[in-house]
Amino acid sequence: MIYREAGQFKTSYGADQMIFPILQDRIFVILAVVAAYLVPLIANEYWLQAVLIPFLILSLAAIGLNLLTGYAGQLSLGTGGFMAVGGYMTYKITTAFPDLNVLIAVLLAGLIAALVGLVFGIPSLRIKGFYLAVATLAAQFFILWLFNKVGWFVNYSPSGTITAPPRTLLGIMVTGPEATAPVRYLIVLTFLAFFALAAKNLVRGRIGRSWMAIRDMDIAAEIIGIRPYQTKLLAFAISSFYCGVAGGLYVFCYLGSAETEAFDIALSFSVLFMIIIGGLGSILGSILGAAFITMVPIFLTNAPPLIGLSMPIDLQKHIEVMLFGSLIVFFLIVEPRGIARLWQIAKEKFRLWPFPY
Amino acid sequence: MEILYAFFVAPFVDMASDPIFFSEVVIGGVLTGIMYSLVALGFVLIFKASGVFNFSQGVMVLFAALTLVGLMEHGVPVWLALILTVMVMIALAFAVEWIMLRRLVNQEEIVLFMSTIGLSFVLQGFGETVWGSNVKLLDVGIPNESFEVGGILLNEFDLFAAASGALMVTVLAVFFHYTRMGRALRAVADDHQAALAVGIPLKTIWIMVWSVAGMVGLVAGIMWGAKSGVQFSLSLIALKALPVLILGGFTSVPGAIVGGLIIGVGEKIAEIYWGPLVGGAIENWFAYMLALVFLLFRPQGLFGEKIIERV
Repeated sequence: MIYREAGQFKTSYGADQMIFPILQDRIFVILAVVAAYLVPLIANEYWLQAVLIPFLILSLAAIGLNLLTGYAGQLSLGTGGFMAVGGYMTYKITTAFPDLNVLIAVLLAGLIAALVGLVFGIPSLRIKGFYLAVATLAAQFFILWLFNKVGWFVNYSPSGTITAPPRTLLGIMVTGPEATAPVRYLIVLTFLAFFALAAKNLVRGRIGRSWMAIRDMDIAAEIIGIRPYQTKLLAFAISSFYCGVAGGLYVFCYLGSAETEAFDIALSFSVLFMIIIGGLGSILGSILGAAFITMVPIFLTNAPPLIGLSMPIDLQKHIEVMLFGSLIVFFLIVEPRGIARLWQIAKEKFRLWPFPY
Repeated sequence: MEILYAFFVAPFVDMASDPIFFSEVVIGGVLTGIMYSLVALGFVLIFKASGVFNFSQGVMVLFAALTLVGLMEHGVPVWLALILTVMVMIALAFAVEWIMLRRLVNQEEIVLFMSTIGLSFVLQGFGETVWGSNVKLLDVGIPNESFEVGGILLNEFDLFAAASGALMVTVLAVFFHYTRMGRALRAVADDHQAALAVGIPLKTIWIMVWSVAGMVGLVAGIMWGAKSGVQFSLSLIALKALPVLILGGFTSVPGAIVGGLIIGVGEKIAEIYWGPLVGGAIENWFAYMLALVFLLFRPQGLFGEKIIERV
């Protein structure tokens, strides 16, 4: 009834190519973004720190991986490694240049992560599918080992831990122990909003189309004039850039201090889960998937006490793991194309409601 | 120059100067390699027959070992516990087929892959809920004495593990080549549709391979469990088996064996002769790098089927 596109005519090519061609969609998105910016007014410290900040940061990483896996079709299990590059390099840059704006440090670290991604993307030319996935694990293990072993990356701190130094932005403390959760939330949110928009524009332009052509059939894409080498490497670089930025934020705005364990293979897998559950080849899906994967464990931890069930802590942990696994399998069976697809179906239904004929 | 010498000359000088130690290292590598192969075999069997990249193989190893130990702790004699565990693994294969695979037919590979990761969470949670998560010692009466042959120190347990690995592979090879079921399995691996067309029941085959993979997992679980205790970290050897897998090729049983040997030996030699130069603990990634270099020359692994692409 409310959600109708009738009467909205497209009178220019620009209007035809809009990201949200329907007026109601635009209003909804603007409202959602404004609401997201207003959240710190109502949310408490726990929600911001334990739920929303990691959710936003992992959304960013998921978008990065989705560009590579969902759009360019290159399966990667090295996300944690690339995020680690971002985290450690941000630390290295901001301690080496204390006066540098910390946001610029994060972006520079992202660029370094992009370079690393380029290097580990080189095998993708010859190796495909699961062989490539396992090959990217080499990146994961090698990068973490390097950060563990070479003292230079952690400024020779004996514990091997990197700690976000206090930095200000426009006179407000944004990182370090003094920074308040709402400030960090707003920074992360701004990063996500900007980069999600950038990604959305990237994938509907020439680059995104060539990625999709490579994904669907690389030989055919090559024949119509897309260079597989450059296209695949570009996908690796941009994806690693996103992951690197997410990694920098992960250390500076969420963890505060980190060791390499924070970026281990479990992180790679959970980001991969996000894009599969959310929907491959969908920016919105990456965000929805990140929401699902970060919130379900929290829900599972808090649900049994809420309904008055109490059990030993380790038993509860095991049952949680089990439920999480079964939920994933269940979701894959019900909708292999992810939550983004469910969202799309819901929208279609809503367009016809309440007169479906 | 000194760095070059340390990397490219000194290790070989070390090897040549102490051949007995070197052969001990190689033998140690071979024996570990066989253990890797045992895990990789489970992956290969399932990938060959159903195209599913079964990430949960590592957890299946853990689950089998946990079940065995758990039963033995309740006073069940070893032989009975073994039989019961095999039955549990077969039941698991049925459950997986009925609940999961049947509903995911024709989905993309990556969806199947993710579902097996989900399965690995379920299995891990289930196993630890039922049997507890503390470290358990597994003792099925495998001898564990060291003895010397021509100056080289050998361990009975390692030899036993190697022998049972070899036996396992022989049995599987015979099974694949000479039994009716084995022929059906090979037919399915070759071409699903053609196999269906000549009346091979695909679902039965899937249950079959998952059961066999479960039993291979049990053997691997006994060996690894007896060596390092049964605990959660047992499932991480799956990560060790992956480079073996890509090195040998996803679809090749001999590839899993040869790949395991190459990785086992290469890893040991690198760790002992080159490891100290770069700060040690390189075995986490060395196998992957080795496999990666191999892949650059043979993208389908050493023994994998040649990848032919058509538009």
